[in-house]
Amino acid sequence: MSNRIDVKKTYKLFINGAFPRTESGRTYEVKNAKGVFIANPCLASRKDLKEAVVAARAAQPGWNKATAYNKGQILYRLAEMLEGRRAQFVEEIVTVTGVSKAKAEKEVTDSVDRLVWYAGWTDKIPSLSGALNPVAGPYYNFTIPESMGVIAAIAPETPSLLGLIDSIAPIIVGGNTVVVLASTKAPLSAMSFAEVIATSDVPAGVINILTGKKDEITPWMASHMDIDGLDISGLGAKKHVDVKTSGTENLKRIYSFKSADPGRILAFMENKTVWHPIGL
Amino acid sequence: MNFYGLVDGTEASLKKYMGSLSGVDQVGADARAAMLGTRSIKTTSKRWAIDTAISMVDLTTLEGADTPGKVKALCTKAVRPDPTDLSVPSVGAVCVYNDMVEIARTHLDLIGGKHVGVAAVSTAFPSGRASMAVKIQDTKDAIEAGASEIDMVIDRGAFLSGRYIEVFDEIVKIREVCGTKAHLKVIFETGELVTYDNVRKASFLAMAAGADFIKTSTGKVAPAATAPVVLVMLEAVRDFYAMTQVRIGVKPAGGIRNTKDAIKQLVLVNETAGPEWLKPSLFRIGASALLNDLLMQRMKMDDGYYASPQYVTID
Amino acid sequence: MEEKLSFEYAPAPESRALVTIKPKYGHFIGGKFVAGSKHFPTINPATEEVLSQISLAGKADVDAAVKAARKAYTTTWSKMSGKERGKYLFRIARIMQERSREFAVLETLDNGKPIRESRDVDVPLAAAHFFYHAGWADKLEYAGLGTTPKAHGVAGQIIPWNFPLLMLAWKVAPALAAGNTVLLKPAETTSLTALLFAEVCQQAELPAGVVNIVTGDGSTGALIVNHPGIDKIAFTGSTEVGKIIARAVAPTNKSVTLELGGKAANIIFEDAAIDESIEGIVNGIFFNQGHVCCAGSRLILQESIADEVIEKLKNRMAKIRVGDPMDKNTDLGAINSKEQLLKIRELSAAGDSEGAQRWSAPCDLPGKGFWFAPTIFTGVTQAHRIAREEIFGPVLSVLTFRTPQEAVDKANNTPFGLSAGIWSEKGSKVLWASQQLRAGVIWANTFNKFDPTSPFGGYKESGWGREGGRHGLSAYLKGVSHE
Repeated sequence: MSNRIDVKKTYKLFINGAFPRTESGRTYEVKNAKGVFIANPCLASRKDLKEAVVAARAAQPGWNKATAYNKGQILYRLAEMLEGRRAQFVEEIVTVTGVSKAKAEKEVTDSVDRLVWYAGWTDKIPSLSGALNPVAGPYYNFTIPESMGVIAAIAPETPSLLGLIDSIAPIIVGGNTVVVLASTKAPLSAMSFAEVIATSDVPAGVINILTGKKDEITPWMASHMDIDGLDISGLGAKKHVDVKTSGTENLKRIYSFKSADPGRILAFMENKTVWHPIGL
Repeated sequence: MNFYGLVDGTEASLKKYMGSLSGVDQVGADARAAMLGTRSIKTTSKRWAIDTAISMVDLTTLEGADTPGKVKALCTKAVRPDPTDLSVPSVGAVCVYNDMVEIARTHLDLIGGKHVGVAAVSTAFPSGRASMAVKIQDTKDAIEAGASEIDMVIDRGAFLSGRYIEVFDEIVKIREVCGTKAHLKVIFETGELVTYDNVRKASFLAMAAGADFIKTSTGKVAPAATAPVVLVMLEAVRDFYAMTQVRIGVKPAGGIRNTKDAIKQLVLVNETAGPEWLKPSLFRIGASALLNDLLMQRMKMDDGYYASPQYVTID
Repeated sequence: MEEKLSFEYAPAPESRALVTIKPKYGHFIGGKFVAGSKHFPTINPATEEVLSQISLAGKADVDAAVKAARKAYTTTWSKMSGKERGKYLFRIARIMQERSREFAVLETLDNGKPIRESRDVDVPLAAAHFFYHAGWADKLEYAGLGTTPKAHGVAGQIIPWNFPLLMLAWKVAPALAAGNTVLLKPAETTSLTALLFAEVCQQAELPAGVVNIVTGDGSTGALIVNHPGIDKIAFTGSTEVGKIIARAVAPTNKSVTLELGGKAANIIFEDAAIDESIEGIVNGIFFNQGHVCCAGSRLILQESIADEVIEKLKNRMAKIRVGDPMDKNTDLGAINSKEQLLKIRELSAAGDSEGAQRWSAPCDLPGKGFWFAPTIFTGVTQAHRIAREEIFGPVLSVLTFRTPQEAVDKANNTPFGLSAGIWSEKGSKVLWASQQLRAGVIWANTFNKFDPTSPFGGYKESGWGREGGRHGLSAYLKGVSHE
């Protein structure tokens, strides 16, 4: 046993590729399953959300413009980086949630594999979901799925890492940028995942991660006029009505999901139909 | 010649002028022409359109088998399309081959048809494949024989291979031969130019070079005077007028066989170039069978029942 | 011969003899026409003549219709194979074709749109929608929406007055093909073709209750939206009402699709085919009197060609034939209602007062009825109300741009995102712009084209979901992963 005092991490937010503290200066205590203090992550405010949306909006055209191949490689790079830091994630999950090491390892494995799965979708979704429409006239007519814009997501409380991946990856596969609110009770995986993002060639602003309270942040997400869609999978069903009602102000697309499938990617894509005459 | 100040006669200036033209979208032009084809022309307006169309007909015979007898008969029909109804106007002109011009002119004058012009197809019609010297002589012969209108063909080969200046120079030379004695109609053979972009380009080229009329076709190649091709040419003369304040005529020829088609042409003129073009001096229809259908429709309007070909003269 | 330089077209009216309009109509519930209680008049907006009395459906009527639709769903329609359902739809398509002129005349009388458009666009497309969707009924498992796609049940559908029969077809055909039964409410001012469609359902021997039609105003619509017996709401209309519906439905499990307003940009680049662009501009804003959610109401012109295009556009507008919608040569018919006319006038007046320059085509407007001459405003900027708000009339706002990026930035600078137009003869530029524009339908070198195979619907505040094509089918099926 060493007497060395270990260096603990300060958990901050992840906005526009940087790790700022919350502008509010607030934190909250995260304890493990036995009630032992673990960390003081940021208690993000609506202003942090606002900043994150600005970053996400600015990053969206560039991310959308990246080739599908490039987006796929960046998602795959996330999987590579996560794989390389398995131990840290396993330890954090065990520490915070108290689950067995085996269960934590499975979650990390699933998370890596899920990222790999999503990485392969970037260059397949348009072929799968697009269409060439045989209109009755001399026109070439096709429908393609396109990015929707800036999507906010509320990650589920558990599994804190795999749930976060499902809240981020399908959204960015479609060319959107995302602002995600991490698990409140178990935000450590999320903030460590931000470090994975920061080392994975993900352009600044494409993924933004907040930690804090759902009740505080969700209404601001729902009413924000510059958020185009909202994934409320991590929100209790009782809260859905308020969010959906508030989201109608800009006719936000609001969905919750039960599984990871291509529909989850397409939910935050818009179908665009293009007509062009065929002639000399 | 100053070519309306649009070009100076050099290839560089012609290229610049042609390059300034906007393109034509085929599907859009087809759709516009088709829409105008749905206009429903009834009662008084139909009657007016029929008489106007008759007065615009260039009554045509362009056969290897043409004889003086055939041409004289055509002339008779041209002056009095319906011998039983003298309120029917004479046609605009008769259109014949070079060697028939004198016969036509003489016969027309003889039967009181001085007001009916003789148009001669010229410049090695219909192919245009002859030396310039031959084309010039061809034109001179026609004018000397009494042609008041020259329907020349352009060298489509030169046009399609981008040798616009050659086409331009030919028109300029024939224009010089025509002088003030004959109106010059320039035939594009749009069925060989194929694209509407080419039709628009040819129109502007011919107008700058001195054409009085631009004409779709020889009648020997299909498709000929389709509605969208005429639409594109009418847009060209309208735009040319906006540039120069000079009105150039348009002559669709080939494929206009019945009254319905002819009225569609007049609608195209009315709603594209404008009503100013609705007179024989600015719009002609090259046709042969059309005239009798116009006459039968006219009879139907007067009598209230459908006519039979037995009651109109075949030539 | 006397030279006459004006080619006046004599009146060429379509015959009215083909249609029989009853003095009074009820609702179509459970396969039968049932009498309504309260009535309101429906008028011909071109003459203000009262055509008939339409029933105003109240709670009892809507309850009865929902009950009939539920019963038909449970006992008949959900048990029938897709193959058989499809055959009913094919029958409907064929009967609509057979009775097409009758539908066209009735539509024009009730709506005010030119007979040329109802005859050549609305009615043929409506029949085509049924024909197209008929073929889906037995192929739903191949639509890419899961292997066992299921209908929602009873669909409540509320449609607008601008394309009464066509919007009915857009709604009813996919709903039935997917296996739903339907309660449809046509717009208050244009119920007649929907009621004629009910006759078609009878002629097709469609099982009772599969299609139910109740007439009424917004209060009837609210009863449908809020009815607990309805599983799916489909609405086409204003963004304002769309948001009200979205809010009303938020606490429920109802699935919703919305097809709402727009303020489409029609961008003309300097390398466009100018004459076809002019036609595209005219078709974009003056088709159907501009009563089109996807109308190209903002003309965005490259500065280098702006003067030429505006001059040509004015000349072309002067040739638009405004007047009797029943005349086969009419291009621009009557404004659908007095209310709509007042709205168009109000927004146009705002254009004047905000300093834009108004020009209207010279034309004689009839004394009776509701009319508005084709109009353009030049000198419009992004900050003008007429550049932002949907006018839904024959009024075009003209803006200019210098670079392609500026064009798409202006085009996208709106909460709407339904459609957009691009005119250029340069292929790569067309594709670039079509990628940049945030709208659900991009018409490149064409405008206002519709087809049952082609998905239609908006980004942003222009709505939720698509109609038409394989994508439109998903609106009437469960089985997608998100809810």
